[in-house]
Amino acid sequence: MAESPAATRERLRVVGRRLPRHDARDKVLARTLYAADWQMPGMLEGAVLRSPYPAARITRIDTSRAAACPGVAAVLTARDVPHNILWTDVPGQTSVVGPLRARVQVLADDQVRYQGEAVALVAAETREIADRALELIDVAYEAQPGVFTTEDALRPDAPRVHEEGNVLATWRVRCGDADTALARAHAVVEQTYRCGLIDHAYLEPEAGVAWIDADGVVVVRASTQVIEHFRDVADVLGLPHNKVRVIGPYVGGGFGGKEDVTVEVFLGLLAYRTGRPVRMVWSRQESLLARPKRHPFTLRYRTGAARDGTLLAHRIELTADAGAYAYLSALVLLYATVTAAGPYRVPHVAVDARAVYTNNPPTSAMRGFGAMQMVLGYESQIDQIARRLGLDPVEVRRRSALRRGDRLPVGQALDTHVAVAEAAERAWAALGPPRAPSSPRHRVGRGLACNLQPYGRLVWLRDWASAWVGLEADGSVVVRCGVPDVGGGQASSLCQIAAEALGVEPDRVTVHIADSALTPLAGTTTATRQLYMSGNAVLVAATQLHDEVRRVAARLLETPVEQVALADGAATAGPERRVLLADVVKECARLGVPRSHLGVYHAPAGDPVDLERGGGRVFPDYTFGAHAVEVEVDVDTGAASVRRHVACHDVGRAINPQSVEGQVQGGAVMGLGYGLMEEIIVDRGVNLTTSFASYLIPSALDVPDVEPIIIESGDGKGPFAARGIGEPPIGPPAAAIANAVEDAVGVRITDLPITPEKIARALGLLSGG
Amino acid sequence: MTELRIAFTLNGEPCEAQTAAHRTLLEVLRARGAVDVKEGCGEGVCGTCTVLLDGEPVSSCLVLAARAQGRDLMTVRGLGDAGAPHPLQSAFVAHGAAQCGFCTPGMLLTAYALLRDRPRASRAEIRRAIAGNLCRCTGYTKIIDAIAACAEGAARG
Repeated sequence: MAESPAATRERLRVVGRRLPRHDARDKVLARTLYAADWQMPGMLEGAVLRSPYPAARITRIDTSRAAACPGVAAVLTARDVPHNILWTDVPGQTSVVGPLRARVQVLADDQVRYQGEAVALVAAETREIADRALELIDVAYEAQPGVFTTEDALRPDAPRVHEEGNVLATWRVRCGDADTALARAHAVVEQTYRCGLIDHAYLEPEAGVAWIDADGVVVVRASTQVIEHFRDVADVLGLPHNKVRVIGPYVGGGFGGKEDVTVEVFLGLLAYRTGRPVRMVWSRQESLLARPKRHPFTLRYRTGAARDGTLLAHRIELTADAGAYAYLSALVLLYATVTAAGPYRVPHVAVDARAVYTNNPPTSAMRGFGAMQMVLGYESQIDQIARRLGLDPVEVRRRSALRRGDRLPVGQALDTHVAVAEAAERAWAALGPPRAPSSPRHRVGRGLACNLQPYGRLVWLRDWASAWVGLEADGSVVVRCGVPDVGGGQASSLCQIAAEALGVEPDRVTVHIADSALTPLAGTTTATRQLYMSGNAVLVAATQLHDEVRRVAARLLETPVEQVALADGAATAGPERRVLLADVVKECARLGVPRSHLGVYHAPAGDPVDLERGGGRVFPDYTFGAHAVEVEVDVDTGAASVRRHVACHDVGRAINPQSVEGQVQGGAVMGLGYGLMEEIIVDRGVNLTTSFASYLIPSALDVPDVEPIIIESGDGKGPFAARGIGEPPIGPPAAAIANAVEDAVGVRITDLPITPEKIARALGLLSGG
Repeated sequence: MTELRIAFTLNGEPCEAQTAAHRTLLEVLRARGAVDVKEGCGEGVCGTCTVLLDGEPVSSCLVLAARAQGRDLMTVRGLGDAGAPHPLQSAFVAHGAAQCGFCTPGMLLTAYALLRDRPRASRAEIRRAIAGNLCRCTGYTKIIDAIAACAEGAARG
């Protein structure tokens, strides 16, 4: 513990190296079999009939013509689903939302609440026959009035999306006395911001194959971030949990969109009904239409500061559009509430947050999970305060930046390093001297935005992860861990950690992941938690194994155990004495010493806290960072483009610096898409952007090279003091762009995305509306 | 439904396929086990299903299978294999250019065609060339790094 970060880095052999990932080798050779690539003999194709209406009663469903269609093996409606309820949360979360609200009907019973809601399922010999059968299902809908904005949903006479009313969840924070502090503040900035509905848009649409194995177990091999949805499949089918198995192949991108159930339950139903393997692959259009998206928020901020720019108070009102079903909305709202004051010391904070049902597409988890939407609010506010007071953007942030030991408004004290000020300074400085505009009609501006993002789940979920590490007789290492790998290097990081702990090269480690029947459960690949949780579990197991092996090696080497080190596939005691790991393993076998361990890591746990009274710890820890951008605005067209983008985060320790950079660059570019171009457009509940031709994500021409700056503070709660970095980099870009646009052309854009049209309108280039 | 019999070469091997006239090249290739060709959008926007048709990158979801008659097709498996990976494949691994890997086959083929035609391509040219291949994971920088490392005149290391 007393060791300095530099000394630790010096000592590490495998951790901290820019190692190529083993999964990347398979991917460039196209040997990776993604969910849709899986084939089985006699496999049927599954398809989903979806509601064309955002709000309607189903008065009749006639499936007889579809069922009679040659080649159709099954047609299922709500009547055919043994338990037509899917709980949309995990144990421990239900109390937050209320048991009635945290559920979804698997297939629509008599009411549809959003366009694209699943109504019926088909399994057929070919996809073409399945599509024809969908057309032959006769559904009579009676369209009903819906609610399509949160404002409308909150009117007393609004149609109710669910019987219990349209307010799904509320959270409050009261810290100090915000109103009094605002009345006394030297500068007060008040502004309303809106951030939009966006899609995860991973390149791999949802897909999977299900079959019944020889033991009667329903097996679902699907693209998912959560193999523990095996329980959901079992509950819907009415089977014991141990009769369903989910296998998670390498995922073609998740970003939260494969956190809730997608195809798993539909596949389980169809395979169980037909007794045959069934594949289901959603099209891009189906994916954009039907799957939960990122919450749009309305953020109202009143912020007060002292004459020197020190932040004094925030009064914040947040309204999130939850769409038609709860999914994870209550938790997304909680993340927003906890982080709404940003990475700053603000003595007086009042937050009132609510999530509201509408007949819009449901919203749920997406990278950043509520916390990222807040960055537009708190970073636009602090920038306007700096501008009002004539202060430098770095200086105003440094003045209020959180430090270790400070408390968040909810009362949680920060017990690890807080790198906000350092990240802001380094990101800003890295922009270097300003560059000239590329033409007389361009203006250049710069913007800065800091953020905090939790890593690991709420402490009252008592999160844990397990992993098994074993040595084979030849000295090679096996890791078994139920972690789904969504492309962030989740599996390869575990190889590096095991290799470090056992003194072998990473290519001597094989990792088996994401099989709910065969790998120890490690929880979800969400919430920036897998390196932290599974990494710690592997380290626990590998360290126990290391200690056993070292003791046996000491016997073989006839030397005190303290003098034995495991390195390069051998146990050594000084330069002379050396025994191969394989020989130590054989000696372990002879002595009956275990050659494997199951490691379990428990995250810091606690009881649910009362946010309003400042209850204390909510999350295990947070990752801090800052992005600086240089933007060029065309004053003839309003088009803004990002010319430079520096992204700085403290990751505690970079297990694989190349993977860390990849997370930072990829997250930053996803944040640029959110800031500049991405928008799901819904007109009275009807999604108008169900194609990649209309839903635009950044191409290589839309973004610059993001320049990562990785701070390794040597302080964090993951293995080797790592902090999570999966979600954090998506937070700052949108706010940094908004700040840079004001710097360039003097207008404040408060609605995302920051399109040329919005800038042009603000500049007075457009007339009307 | 009109059925056609088409013949083409796939990664150097002669192939025949029986297909309905309206089938796309993407559907026909995947149905015959060429699952190294991935479907990302089915509407010709994302470039995930890129293959080389007589050497030119095309979105196989927009090409009718019948158009492959008598022509030469290459997918990423034609680029290299585990024993002899193409330098671009090795560079993608070394530079961390593949994260989830779903866009990678199409990206590699576009990169291959670019460097074949413009062996000294600059970063700006690489950026333009891959603009039709979307990636949601990497932010593109490491992909461009990997391709640039394979261009002639690139500093090795």
